[in-house]
Amino acid sequence: MKVPRCKGMHDLLPEDMTKFRRIEEVFRGCCLKWGYEEVRTPTLEYLHLFTATGTLTPGMLGRVYSFLDWDGWSGERVVLRPEGTIPAARLYLENIEGGEITKLFYVENTFSFEEMRRERWQCGAELIGSSHPMADVELVMLASEVLGKLGIGPLEVKLCHAGLIKALISELGWGATEQTEIFDQILEGDIKGLGEIKTEDADLKRALTILLDVTGSSPGFLENVRSLLGKALPRFEPSLSNLTSIAELLSAMDCPYQIDITSGRGFEYYTGVMFQVYVSTERVGGGGRYDDLIPLVGGPPVSASGFALYVDQLMEIVKMEERPCQRILVQSQGSDVKGLKSCFEVARSLREAGYLAELDQGQKAVGDYRWVLLVPSKDLFRLTDQTTGEISELTSAAEILMIVGETE
Amino acid sequence: MKLALPKGRLLSDTAALLEMGGLGLDGYDERSRYYRPKSATLPDLFLKVFQERDIPIQVAIGNYDLGICGLDWVEELLVKYPSGDLVKMKDLEYGRSNISVVASRYAGVSSVEEINDGFDKVRIVSEYQNLAESFALRQRLRRFSILPIWGAGEVFPPESADLAIVAETSVSSFEDYNLVPLARVLTSKAFLIANRNSLAKADLSEFLDYLRVPEEATEEEQPLPAITAGPFETTPEGGKIRLALPDGHQQRPTMEFLKKAGFNICGYSEVLETRRPTMELAGVTVKVIRPQDMPLQVANENFDLAITGKDWLKDHLYRFPSSPVKEILELGFGKVTIVAVVSEDLPANDVGTLRGLVGELLPNIRVASEYVNIADKYARDNHLERYKIIPTWGASEAFLPEDVDLLIENTETGETLSTHNLKIIDTLFESSACLIGNSNTLSDPLKKASTEHIIKIMEENARRG
Repeated sequence: MKVPRCKGMHDLLPEDMTKFRRIEEVFRGCCLKWGYEEVRTPTLEYLHLFTATGTLTPGMLGRVYSFLDWDGWSGERVVLRPEGTIPAARLYLENIEGGEITKLFYVENTFSFEEMRRERWQCGAELIGSSHPMADVELVMLASEVLGKLGIGPLEVKLCHAGLIKALISELGWGATEQTEIFDQILEGDIKGLGEIKTEDADLKRALTILLDVTGSSPGFLENVRSLLGKALPRFEPSLSNLTSIAELLSAMDCPYQIDITSGRGFEYYTGVMFQVYVSTERVGGGGRYDDLIPLVGGPPVSASGFALYVDQLMEIVKMEERPCQRILVQSQGSDVKGLKSCFEVARSLREAGYLAELDQGQKAVGDYRWVLLVPSKDLFRLTDQTTGEISELTSAAEILMIVGETE
Repeated sequence: MKLALPKGRLLSDTAALLEMGGLGLDGYDERSRYYRPKSATLPDLFLKVFQERDIPIQVAIGNYDLGICGLDWVEELLVKYPSGDLVKMKDLEYGRSNISVVASRYAGVSSVEEINDGFDKVRIVSEYQNLAESFALRQRLRRFSILPIWGAGEVFPPESADLAIVAETSVSSFEDYNLVPLARVLTSKAFLIANRNSLAKADLSEFLDYLRVPEEATEEEQPLPAITAGPFETTPEGGKIRLALPDGHQQRPTMEFLKKAGFNICGYSEVLETRRPTMELAGVTVKVIRPQDMPLQVANENFDLAITGKDWLKDHLYRFPSSPVKEILELGFGKVTIVAVVSEDLPANDVGTLRGLVGELLPNIRVASEYVNIADKYARDNHLERYKIIPTWGASEAFLPEDVDLLIENTETGETLSTHNLKIIDTLFESSACLIGNSNTLSDPLKKASTEHIIKIMEENARRG
């Protein structure tokens, strides 16, 4: 009886894993060179790690895989990690915390009950301990560098600011609970809650309409908004000037971006800049500043920001370079121990020299290989070049390497 | 066409509704001991009587096309499995019951907004564990635990839980238990539900035409009673022994046992008078709860000692192998045997033969039991691949043979089983009443002497038989 995989789960086949590893290797390589250190948090966490922060929306918490552990008689649940940043903040608090700047990265899977994809992989990076706009810009640049090295592009970086969205919502005149709800809706991609801006102040209304409707592409846009805000400016000023600093620095670095106040996606714990990375219409990554998260999970007031790249989306886009690989199939002529031993030995020499040398277990189509090496129990090795059909009779591994090496 | 009908609270109103429509039902009344009523008008209509709580599950998995039960149990399933095959069809307008979140009036909490500040970790007990979880997430409770219970939610706060989510109809009076409602989770009424695929494929109108809901003035939604929070009182619990006694079948023999042992308990007699009887023994407080709930409660140190059945202790320990709950004493009464049961018509007299029927006569083995963890372990140990566990809440013998293949059930004499054309194919273990405790609290120096005293008296009495 065939048992299929669980609904919503996906197998990663050899060609998928090649892409997966390529993304992971490029991400790891870049992070290490920027001074980030790799960590990995456990798959299981307590549910109250996520409820305590009050930073995952009830909608998201309603989709976590929660259950009672084998010693869960207290009725407190554990969950399969639904996202990466809160566990990373816990890891930091539990193991590292000490006032220094900490740069961490990880490649992890996350779980959430969705129709199609219930396990997702992400490459995440967190920069803990700095509140400076430079830290946010570093993360945008790092994310762009990874995608650039993967040959993915052109990228669209969309910026917005959690503080700015919250200030905007509070201008709409809702109560605290509704404000949180509207913020959650925006984070889940629904901007209807922003609705019509009701204010007596015509100048303010115009400024807010511009902020919502116009997509900016330079710090100048934010300056325009600032000069239109009038008396309301003080309520927007901290967020606006923070976003301006980030935009200025990105412009100076020639990193193109769009300022789109409705582009915020992700988690309620964001407090500052939020950025989303798109490749055409596909969102391949996102992140932002979360200065309140570490205090919310019980730590001191430590600022932090981070991002994640979505491996599942990247695997759809990333192109693999066809690297010609000298594959050699090593066949044994007989089945006596001496001949087989000779197969193992010559294959090892070829591998040590950097080639892919595969022992023929009788199951492979010969056409997949550039070379076929026939190993007799005595006499000479017979090496066939499958592209030319040329056959060489050779006495040693050294001679084989010489012929194979000549073709490179 | 198959229809699942409720036992218990909704039975008489449901019977009246179907009678009014002219279905001519035979065997659907309070006294009937049979689970398969017949309709004179629609002889092809297959009817079966279940505990209300079982009905949404039976309809959702497609065993029944239609069902009638309270909205509370429908929502309890839908809130966890919104994409399932259960469809709400019609509000039948009777059997109203409010499901409320209640706290002790001494807890110092008078609204849901205050819950997060009132408790470090909110302990919630409820028969509705999915509704409870959904409530906790919606209210953004920072840290909570949910202890599922079989009933008697009203007796838990404030000592054994902070909040209880209960059906108002199941509680005699909130005042008697010093409870105040903080919020209403939902207002339940009898509902007609259907299986999505049945609705899509089969013509159910023949039956639906008989279902005429009388046009009644809808009752006004009763507002939550005003909260009269009492003075903040903490009862000093240190050193007190908290004893849990069973209700239901075990109540009478337990009462007799305790009486013979010389314990005088006021309010614990043959019928349930109060869930908080008083014991004439200094330093002991007593609560009457379901025996099914005791091991979990003792594991959480809500009680020091409890009288329950070995069966429930085992079910708990299979689920939580490192639980601190242990059996202290076998009390010698309430003997039952836990058995594996199949229909008399199934060509299997042992579990090995049953296993062999998978893929032949049976696509898989559907195992029903009140003892979910015992049943799961039994199926696992006997390699009944592949199997499904269907939790039930009593009257499990009704499930065979149509709705399940194997039942893990307790029996005293086997008589009920043979009345229902069932046969025993395996015996799992013997169970009887036992005294359980928590290894952590038993060694509490403040309580050690008193617990040992109580245990000693019970032990002597049990030995005398």
